[in-house]
Amino acid sequence: MTALPFDNLAAILILPAATGAALAFLPGYRLSATLNVVSSFVTFLLATTFLVAKPTTGDYFLVDDLNIVFVVLNTFVAFTASAFSASYIAHELEIGRLTATHLRFYHAMYQALLFAMNLALTANNIGLMWVAIEMATLTTVAMVGIYRTPAAIEAAWKYFILGSVGIALALFGTILVYMAARPVLGEGVSGMVWTTLIARVSEFDPALLNLAFVFLMLGYGTKVGLAPLHAWLPDAHAEGPTPISAVLSGLLLNVALYAVLRFKLLLDANANAIAPGPLMATLGLLSLIFAAFMLYRRRDIKRLFGFSSIEHMGVIVFAFGMGGPLANFAGLLHMTMHSLTKSAIFFTVGHIAQAKGTQQIADIRGLTVSHPTLGWSLALGVLAIAGAPPLGIFTSEFLVVSSTFARAPWLAILLVFGLLLAFGALVLRLQGMAFGEPSPGDKRSTASTLPIAAHLGLVLLAGVYLPPPLVAWFQHVATMLR
Amino acid sequence: MTGLSFDVSHLLAGGLVLVSFLLLYQTRLYALLNVFAMQAVVLSLSITWQAYVQDAGHLYVTAAIAFAFKAIIIPVALHRIIARLGIHRDVENVVGVGPTMLAGLALVALSVVVMLRVASEADALAREDLAFALSVVLLGMLMMVVRRNAVSMVVGFMSLENGLILAAAGAKGMPLVVEISVAFSVLVAFTVIGVFLFRISERFETVDANALDRFQGDRL
Repeated sequence: MTALPFDNLAAILILPAATGAALAFLPGYRLSATLNVVSSFVTFLLATTFLVAKPTTGDYFLVDDLNIVFVVLNTFVAFTASAFSASYIAHELEIGRLTATHLRFYHAMYQALLFAMNLALTANNIGLMWVAIEMATLTTVAMVGIYRTPAAIEAAWKYFILGSVGIALALFGTILVYMAARPVLGEGVSGMVWTTLIARVSEFDPALLNLAFVFLMLGYGTKVGLAPLHAWLPDAHAEGPTPISAVLSGLLLNVALYAVLRFKLLLDANANAIAPGPLMATLGLLSLIFAAFMLYRRRDIKRLFGFSSIEHMGVIVFAFGMGGPLANFAGLLHMTMHSLTKSAIFFTVGHIAQAKGTQQIADIRGLTVSHPTLGWSLALGVLAIAGAPPLGIFTSEFLVVSSTFARAPWLAILLVFGLLLAFGALVLRLQGMAFGEPSPGDKRSTASTLPIAAHLGLVLLAGVYLPPPLVAWFQHVATMLR
Repeated sequence: MTGLSFDVSHLLAGGLVLVSFLLLYQTRLYALLNVFAMQAVVLSLSITWQAYVQDAGHLYVTAAIAFAFKAIIIPVALHRIIARLGIHRDVENVVGVGPTMLAGLALVALSVVVMLRVASEADALAREDLAFALSVVLLGMLMMVVRRNAVSMVVGFMSLENGLILAAAGAKGMPLVVEISVAFSVLVAFTVIGVFLFRISERFETVDANALDRFQGDRL
């Protein structure tokens, strides 16, 4: 471990916060969009320094091998999404859907969201983590409603109500964890510090922990988008600006998942408490199959991919629920691949919707003819997300399936059924959109292809060749996760 | 803990549950807001008592926030919003008052059964406080489910939140309570501003959240 001349943990928190404050006041779209990109890029670079220099663990912050994966992935996608956002927003400004004031607000909120997510991911204190996730919810609610159309307001309202109830349940769970910890750890801060909790959790009252986990799973599970509590997700994805759809799917769902994983570890470490795995696996499988069926009835392209996010979060939660080194490894890989692929798809979809002037699937036809770059990017992205070889998601889904087959063949059959169902729906929709006679409405869009190419390139690379250091890292984290 | 302070804690926490029931059967929006303000007053009294009993200075801050924000600022702001936007003054229920009250009773019974059994090792006060708090949380949720208006949904959410703050204050020595109550206040302020800024009533003629369902992108 080398020492850095600065505190990288403070830096990844202060930088987005400061940029966000500055962006709230900066006039001029070009300058703020550039600043947004530059700041996100620097945050990403700072996050990579965690790999060489881990900050010391305190009462409030913790950087270990598990959350480094999340932080680096999150800051990377946040950076590429900000680059996409710059070109997307320029077009929205041109056609008058957004005004300069909206943009100031939008950029400030974007950085505030990054701050909140970094805070949630690096928090060692479960109370602080809760506050950060609440803040992330608020900023995204504000951005989902930014177009102020009736549909956007409905989506924001629904997201707000369901998100807040989820957040409230999670807080009750957090309080219960503290109550369980108090007889052992005494009063005060230590009862909420994750590292002290995990060290002594075996002595906690299992009944209280069980109840706490039910609340936490439902609360944070709402934010992950798990099946009975998913209703906000497709609306929020469809009605907000597309960069936010990418950020929601690629980042915010992962942050909530991270919170679930931390509490799963607590439960795992107490032998007398219920095993959290079966609960997670059930919810995950339910989400997968439910979302796979729902994919067939979609008419709005962003809703389609919103449901696809529910499906994939289901697979990821299922994998972590199964547990064990192989399934955890597959879960981590799947999460990474899903973040990269889904945000690339949303980047493409954003440009497609702008070029065609609609989000209705029926009105989008023949993209490979009218917009070859966008059309083929979409085709590649959809094949990747549907799990076609040799792309990265195929690898991770294969690992999930094969590790399940070894231990619970019946579950594996359900899993494969859901995956194939989703595959069919996505390919069916893709065919209509990508091929055939092009539909009218041919505005040239100033597409930023670099973020799309970067993401899909990484996904393709991961499908063909995973670098050994990455594999070793994920394996190490997978054993950490039990 | 002496008998008196125990009893007073019980009285106040029980009072909070009682006021939650009052919220369930209000049929007028203004009356609903007044009852909510009353709930906030009971909550801040309860937190103040906890602060005194636990000798925890920071809880006085939480109590002050609860009082100033939820007993005064929010009800007044919502009063003005209702008047300004000309929102229909009646509360529309999805479910009738009778079944709602019965469901409320069942929820309270459920939370008492669950909490008292689960937290059997915790001390009596914390355990019963948690049972009351969970009742208030569940009643708040029930209210959000059975009401249609956006404003009464917000009130339901705020009463749910009162239950959480009660739980946090009752968990002896819990850190970050002030921060959490501030974070919640921001959340609530955000919604109230949202109701106003988005002028949900202007666009839909009513703040009936059901009317919003017309705009589901998939049902064209």
